[in-house]
Amino acid sequence: MIPGDRKLYLALLVPTLLVLLVFVVAPITQSIIFSFHRIIIGLPQLKSPFIGLENYQELLHDSVARHSFWVTLLFVSTTTFFELLLGLLLALLIHHRFPGRGSLRACVLIPWAIPTVVSAQMWRFLFNDAYGMINYAIFGHGVAHYIPWLAKPGTALFAIILADIWKTSSFAALLILAGLQIIPEELYQAAKVDGANVWRRFWHVTWPLIRPAVLVALLFRTIDAFRVFDLAFVMTQGGPADATNVLQLYGYKKMFVEGWMGYGSTISVSVFVIVLVLAVVYVRMVGRRLLEASL
Amino acid sequence: MKKGSLENGALVVGVLMAIVFSLVPFLLFVSSAFKTQTEVTAIPPQLWPSFDVDFFRSAIVRYDILGYLVNSIVVAGATTAVTILLGTLAGYALARLPRPWAHFSLMLILACAMFPQIAIVGPVWRLLRWLGWLNTYQGLVLPYVALTLPLTVWILALFFRELPEELEAAALVDGCSRIEALVKVIVPLSAPGLFTAAILTFIYAWNEFFLALLIVTDPARQTMPVGIALFQGEHTVPWGEIAAASLITTAPLVVMVLLFQQRIVTGLSAGAIKG
Amino acid sequence: MASLSLDGLSRRFGNVTALSDVTLRVDDGEFCVLLGPSGCGKSTLLQIVAGLDRQDKGSVLLDGKVVDELPPRERDVAMVFQSYALYPHMTVSQNLGFGLRMRGIAEEQIQHKVQETARLLGIEHLLARKPRQLSGGQRQRVAMGRALVRRPRLFLLDEPLSNLDAQLRINVRLELKRLHTQINTTILYVTHDQVEAMTLGDKVVVMREGRVRQIGTPEMIYDQPADTFVATFVGSPMMNLFEGKVIREGKYLRFRCNDFSVDVRNLPKDLVGKTVEIGARPEDIEFGRNGKSNLRARVEMLSNAGAEKYVHARLGENTITVKASKDATYNAGEMTSLFIDPDKLHVFYEGKRI
Repeated sequence: MIPGDRKLYLALLVPTLLVLLVFVVAPITQSIIFSFHRIIIGLPQLKSPFIGLENYQELLHDSVARHSFWVTLLFVSTTTFFELLLGLLLALLIHHRFPGRGSLRACVLIPWAIPTVVSAQMWRFLFNDAYGMINYAIFGHGVAHYIPWLAKPGTALFAIILADIWKTSSFAALLILAGLQIIPEELYQAAKVDGANVWRRFWHVTWPLIRPAVLVALLFRTIDAFRVFDLAFVMTQGGPADATNVLQLYGYKKMFVEGWMGYGSTISVSVFVIVLVLAVVYVRMVGRRLLEASL
Repeated sequence: MKKGSLENGALVVGVLMAIVFSLVPFLLFVSSAFKTQTEVTAIPPQLWPSFDVDFFRSAIVRYDILGYLVNSIVVAGATTAVTILLGTLAGYALARLPRPWAHFSLMLILACAMFPQIAIVGPVWRLLRWLGWLNTYQGLVLPYVALTLPLTVWILALFFRELPEELEAAALVDGCSRIEALVKVIVPLSAPGLFTAAILTFIYAWNEFFLALLIVTDPARQTMPVGIALFQGEHTVPWGEIAAASLITTAPLVVMVLLFQQRIVTGLSAGAIKG
Repeated sequence: MASLSLDGLSRRFGNVTALSDVTLRVDDGEFCVLLGPSGCGKSTLLQIVAGLDRQDKGSVLLDGKVVDELPPRERDVAMVFQSYALYPHMTVSQNLGFGLRMRGIAEEQIQHKVQETARLLGIEHLLARKPRQLSGGQRQRVAMGRALVRRPRLFLLDEPLSNLDAQLRINVRLELKRLHTQINTTILYVTHDQVEAMTLGDKVVVMREGRVRQIGTPEMIYDQPADTFVATFVGSPMMNLFEGKVIREGKYLRFRCNDFSVDVRNLPKDLVGKTVEIGARPEDIEFGRNGKSNLRARVEMLSNAGAEKYVHARLGENTITVKASKDATYNAGEMTSLFIDPDKLHVFYEGKRI
């Protein structure tokens, strides 16, 4: 490398780093700072005093926040589990060589491609309590039996979970598919010669070799699932009775609807810390191998 | 290779189920765009619409769907252009810097992709308000660029690394500066990678909701996702119009997926494992 | 055309020394070959001369001017890479014209030069094709054409023939030589193939592990190798080397090892008692005739090289290879008498020629 090169490369990185600095690093830092202040939007005459850990103390006693955390956790664990399961099945399906495989893949990609709000409206429509197709599919003409899915706490969360599974299973499928495609065909042939049936081949050849891919998909999805917002906002607005009041939605309400930017930042920081811990786990487990494989 | 008919049968069932699962809910929904008002809320649900375009007309005239569409095109287009530009430069730098630097920078950049939006939304909103950029295109585009750069940089860095360094050396000896070599030799040869990154960026920017909701409150500048989420009818939910708007907003995406699914899959897998 | 001077070049990569105090000069119009095994630093040297890498110590001078600070595009050198490095997305014509286009030459001129060069190399019919549509030999010509078309003052070639098959290699070698006499440019050519070096070079620079071992004409390198490395690297089959001591026998000095002894001439007296190596090329050893012989060896094997044969014989611990005529017949196990002419011996003390 010529001496001037290094300077050039660093210079090329600057615009990107600048944008990330201004719109990611600085805001996160500011959120942390805000979380130690009392800031109310819309009332500028009230200054923004430093209040130390008061916000965090309030957070600990905030039953809504606690509930929100559990709701989110339930959402994350359920969706991740089913998405990985379905993703695995879809990946295995797509991996099989058959005519029209490309069309299947395209079909499966469509839920991923459409905006989350569109899918949210779609499920809102399908779960409608008067003319929704899901109610019709289960109860037929017995309108009196129709369940108001989005108005009952238990079913509302179920609806959101289903909506997320519908939308994101294909993403998990793609990640796992990438892992499947690396497995050399010879291993299966050897296994067949050794007398292994479909299930055995999966368990002894496929599963061990795609475990890394599944792990990647798992961690990616878990982090992503904690960030759920669009579905809850459009389908249920967090209701009924906070049954679907996921963390980001709760934070949004506190900050932008009620105007508590300081306290809202406390919530933000907490969510950020949760995701950070997960991300560190992710990087630890997968990062180095990823980097070495790619760069 | 003989396949047991049980295996074949399972395959067919599996494929059918996958297709039904993926497409049917969506088709059921958007078909409402072509129904009449009574057909939409009918029991039993009408599977086959009567191809009435009233809802489209209503969506365009009463709800100004085209306005939202234009905003989405501008925002997603600008985001893609800026991200690709910055991402190319950064990706190239990361591909050519010695490993320790490259790894560190890449980890940093990827870390930026993992945070929850809520953690930046407040301060970004304040910043934009201070700059007077709320309700402007640039106020939305710049945060979007920040959100799409990490994956773009990674994809492009991977692509650039694949190219043999001797090509660049040849270009340098032939009379190019490093930048000229990048533009005239490397970029043309990386067109597939650039295209993939562009598609993924565009889709992300097109679909984004959370930031759009907060940064742009003026309906004249709002993007499609916000428009669709906030659809208010006078008495009832205007499903027909929502379906029409949804169809309009997803049509370009569906086309992209159908045309470019191989690229999309490659790009997304690059974000996880180098496949 | 230009002269090239390398002055004390050194380059390290971490703990590895790629080049160590390399000094040499290539005169205007000279065809200079850098010869050495892989890892000897020759490619690194080429990169430094081209400006693609920067030396740690020393200078590069073109036409007497220091060019260390200049980027490749300002040095007016052209390079042919081992992998050819043709631009895959451009046609042959565009590949050839790229350098000229970068220098802002008028399009008409570019077309003219491209045509001229293509004609010179016999690739006019390929101008509209893309690299992936060409054979290895054709690509090689395009790579050379790309360098030629600019008429730079210095040509750098990095093992340009190593990817070609044997017959093609010989043909292209001859063509290169012809081109050089036609165009009379200054060339720095890197290879590990000593036959290439000997047939192409006006001047050969033998390198090993980052150091220059010898600089000279092909004849000098062959007839008067400066050390045992050069002696054994150049010449095929390899020169026979024997280790032993110098002893005095009356007025004369002799070389003695466990298996034989021979007279040696013109050695400094202070070598008596010291361990030296002597070398004799296979073609410099005769089969004993008229009783003229100074050693006997047992034939182990005969190898047939077509135009000649080589007898491999055993001499106690040592083996010796002797060139024989193509009709020679020797049987394995046979004892044969050989004569090593003391005047044709090479003597090396501590690796270096005496």
